[in-house]
Amino acid sequence: MGNKDSYTVKVRGDEVANRKGNTTALDSLDIELTERCNNNCIHCYINLPADDHHAQKKELSKGEIQEILQEAVSLGCLTVRFTGGEPLVREDFEDLYIFARKLGLRVALVTNATLVTPALAKVFAHTPPLMPIEITLYGMRRNTYEAITRVPGSFKAAWKGIHLLLEYQVPFVVTGVLLPPNREEVEEFESWASTIPWMDTAPSYTLLLDLRARRDSAEKNVLIKGLRPSPEDVVTFLSRRQEKYLKEMKEFCSKFIRLQGNNIFSCGAGIRGGCIDAYGHLQPCILLRHPDTVYNLKKGSLKGALTKFFPKIRQMKAENPDYLTRCAHCFLKGLCEQCPAWSWMEHGTLDTPVDYLCEVAHAQARAFGLLAEGERAWQIEHWEERIKNFIDTTHSSQHAKEVCNGLKGQI
Amino acid sequence: MDSKVKFSAAYLPSEELVCRELEGELIIVPLVAGMGDMEDELFTLNETGRAMWEKLDGKKSLKAVAEELAAEYEAPEGEIEKDVIGLAEELIKRKMIVEAPQK
Repeated sequence: MGNKDSYTVKVRGDEVANRKGNTTALDSLDIELTERCNNNCIHCYINLPADDHHAQKKELSKGEIQEILQEAVSLGCLTVRFTGGEPLVREDFEDLYIFARKLGLRVALVTNATLVTPALAKVFAHTPPLMPIEITLYGMRRNTYEAITRVPGSFKAAWKGIHLLLEYQVPFVVTGVLLPPNREEVEEFESWASTIPWMDTAPSYTLLLDLRARRDSAEKNVLIKGLRPSPEDVVTFLSRRQEKYLKEMKEFCSKFIRLQGNNIFSCGAGIRGGCIDAYGHLQPCILLRHPDTVYNLKKGSLKGALTKFFPKIRQMKAENPDYLTRCAHCFLKGLCEQCPAWSWMEHGTLDTPVDYLCEVAHAQARAFGLLAEGERAWQIEHWEERIKNFIDTTHSSQHAKEVCNGLKGQI
Repeated sequence: MDSKVKFSAAYLPSEELVCRELEGELIIVPLVAGMGDMEDELFTLNETGRAMWEKLDGKKSLKAVAEELAAEYEAPEGEIEKDVIGLAEELIKRKMIVEAPQK
């Protein structure tokens, strides 16, 4: 005891989340409230029509979601992400939101903002989510936006929602999806995003475009693949802020570049977190819907999934000979997005190399000077030296430009 | 709201927050805007603050809280009183505690 300057200690929500140790079973939980969406985006990996009553009937009820939230809190969960589809198409969204907040959860809402009403903006202003709402914005003009969403009036509705949040001072951030219709608007988008009071960094983008996570439409997968940027375009886009990009990639390489061997899980999927789909299936991550990795919460508990089921599936080893030849020996594994979810979406398996991701990782490696033209990363013996050279090289501003520009020429 | 601390009054946590214990740490999660200065702010209490917070049950007066703490910590009552009032002032300012209705 003794007089102190202050007895209450203010902490940012993320600080609490990050400084937690390993004793809680659950840190954060994603809940896909619905797969339905009022937009019909050309690239979407999940959406069903907003009026799909068959899907709606199968969705978790409000009571079922509330029970899940209560169990999540009992396991130490601090953050719940409401995503979709478009979460706001659910008529009980506000009830679920308030319920979660009253349990002491921070709520991360992912939305297209088109269904934000003055009443809902007031709710967010009075009972703040404690995390900025994440709005995906598809374009700065009606023709580009609606070329992607394919819903007339969606552009106007999105901007109306955004202006309501601004008017009621509800914190939000925006993210982009790089697609052919909006590629010419990147600068304009970023310039506008920098005026949003709660954006302290440039917006993040979805670049690589996931295929249908339910593997429910081969036709749409063809369309999505056709919208993806080429590996060269990915490098060009990522390296547009050259010095920052190089600095980040060096830090990344110093921490995460190593051989993965035959373990198919190299990410944190299923460790003190997970994603519940609209129908009550808990997945290690939002994209991984392979039947062997999904746990039916209607027949079990969150605790059972987190403490028994997920640890078991994380031990899974790759058996695919192609994976064992390539990915298991590839030092670019840290740079590469290859994971069980991508393998599932592209091939319906957990351990098949995804060529597109492989090419993107190799294009990046060539840009950093880690590989020469024609080299394949899994064939390199002394890769540690290459990584060390890359990390240790001091890139002056001019040199950084040369690295990014010059090597772009060779990819 | 009366922001002046009444030493003879009992206080209790506001209904506009949720108090959670995460890994042994008390975390105060605001339910309404205005408790924090940033949009994503949560609160925790230092050791002194937590010991006092746990006694704010809406029944014991701050004076009784100070007396209990002085006995438990074998500390001078004057010093403890100063702490209790300091914390109460801070919590009232942030609308985290309210005066309990008198019976």
